[in-house]
Amino acid sequence: MELSVNLTLSAGSFTALTGPSGSGKSTLLRILAGLESADGEIKVSQKRWLANNKSLPPQQRDVGLLFQDYALFEHMSVRQNLLFVQKDPALADALLESTGLSELANRRPAYLSGGQKQRVALCRALMRRPKLLLLDEPLSALDPAMRLTLQHEILKLHREFGTTTLMVSHDPAEIYRMAQRVIRLENGKITADGTPGDVLLKRSGSQKFSFEGEVLEIQKRDAVYVAVVAIGQQIVEVVTDTRTAKNLQIGQQVTVATKAFAPVIVTE
Amino acid sequence: MSSIAWTPFWLSFKLAFVTTAVLFVLALPLAWWLAQTRTRLKPFLEALVSLPIVLPPSVLGFYLLWAFAPDSPLGAFLKERLGLELVFSFPGLVVASVIYSFPFMLQPLQSGFESLNRHMLEAAYVAGKTGWQTLLFVALPNIKPALLSALIVTFAHTVGEFGVVLMVGGSIPGETKVASVAIYEYVEIMDYKNAHIYSAIMVGISFAVLTAVYLFNRHHRRRLGGA
Repeated sequence: MELSVNLTLSAGSFTALTGPSGSGKSTLLRILAGLESADGEIKVSQKRWLANNKSLPPQQRDVGLLFQDYALFEHMSVRQNLLFVQKDPALADALLESTGLSELANRRPAYLSGGQKQRVALCRALMRRPKLLLLDEPLSALDPAMRLTLQHEILKLHREFGTTTLMVSHDPAEIYRMAQRVIRLENGKITADGTPGDVLLKRSGSQKFSFEGEVLEIQKRDAVYVAVVAIGQQIVEVVTDTRTAKNLQIGQQVTVATKAFAPVIVTE
Repeated sequence: MSSIAWTPFWLSFKLAFVTTAVLFVLALPLAWWLAQTRTRLKPFLEALVSLPIVLPPSVLGFYLLWAFAPDSPLGAFLKERLGLELVFSFPGLVVASVIYSFPFMLQPLQSGFESLNRHMLEAAYVAGKTGWQTLLFVALPNIKPALLSALIVTFAHTVGEFGVVLMVGGSIPGETKVASVAIYEYVEIMDYKNAHIYSAIMVGISFAVLTAVYLFNRHHRRRLGGA
């Protein structure tokens, strides 16, 4: 697959990068960080990071990078992880304070939960006050509640440090909550670029209220067929006619849509 | 046991200590490089440095003896330019041991480095650390068990060396007559009493050293959270 991308990010913006796995999202981040070689040009506020086959090594780029697997320095305490990057105790303590890690400062990464580890990684990435903050699916290994908390913390620090942030994510809710712009990458090419509303909301045809789901089971109840469909974290039952039911297969990807009436939101 | 001559033991341990120190400095960068490189030459290099494991010590000893001999080009060069005589001398033993024990230092270090999370090393690069800083302050501290095995096994392997040492060093008391050679000579002159004493001491020391390694590794594994 050839990755070919032409992209301008405005300073201080928060952009989400989405698309199927293997579409080049991580590779793009690694090229920006200088961990992977590429042809072309990367310019960050007048400074050329990549031009005419001359590539600035990762050490000389102002980049912060978050991995899905945290990649902490296992032999150092939380605080040492931060200070190893930059000998700036005041900044380290401030970061630990604002992410609620102060009490864990002397612990080793092995004794932290996933959410705590990713917080440490976030603080570590900010120790050099990077211009560009790259987040490679940072929250996909965490449970939903922890994701929510960390989304807020990432946003808070993104604003505080004024970084230009590029985050790989598969979660539409996460993207909608965090990003001002979404770029969809498919087969190494940009296939969509716009606000989360433009890119993520489905507005094709008349199916204004529709979900992608997977058929789990097809049951026959009296005269009708009922398909059990998994949509995100939810499982729903949908009544179908005999002809549709006969064509459905277990595991099939389907769209569940309603056309006739407007959906209502019920709160309890 | 009126008086045991401790000199052969002292020589064995001096040789092992010097060899281990030299090998650590030589093998560390090579292991680091081999663990990261994508060159096609890698299998050939790995085969080359692993040769001492499969070759009979006498083959290696013979080649070294031949190369170090004063009438060989290398031997002549070393003698004339550097004033070094490597045949039947302690420095010669060190050079021979370094070559002979090379894989025992290299392989644990290399597989230790290869087992590290690549992202952790990349995090260090992105944090502005050079390759050397990453090697010394991030990679090495995270492969402590492998590092310790490399050091101890190299040390023990050099203490236990016999064939190469005998061929290159001969048996000059106080210079090249190490413990293993001394035992061989006691057996040859049928002095079984001293051979027994020396051998028992070697068994004792070796067992103690290896036990220490395994204890440390067990302790280290627990401390890292049972991984």
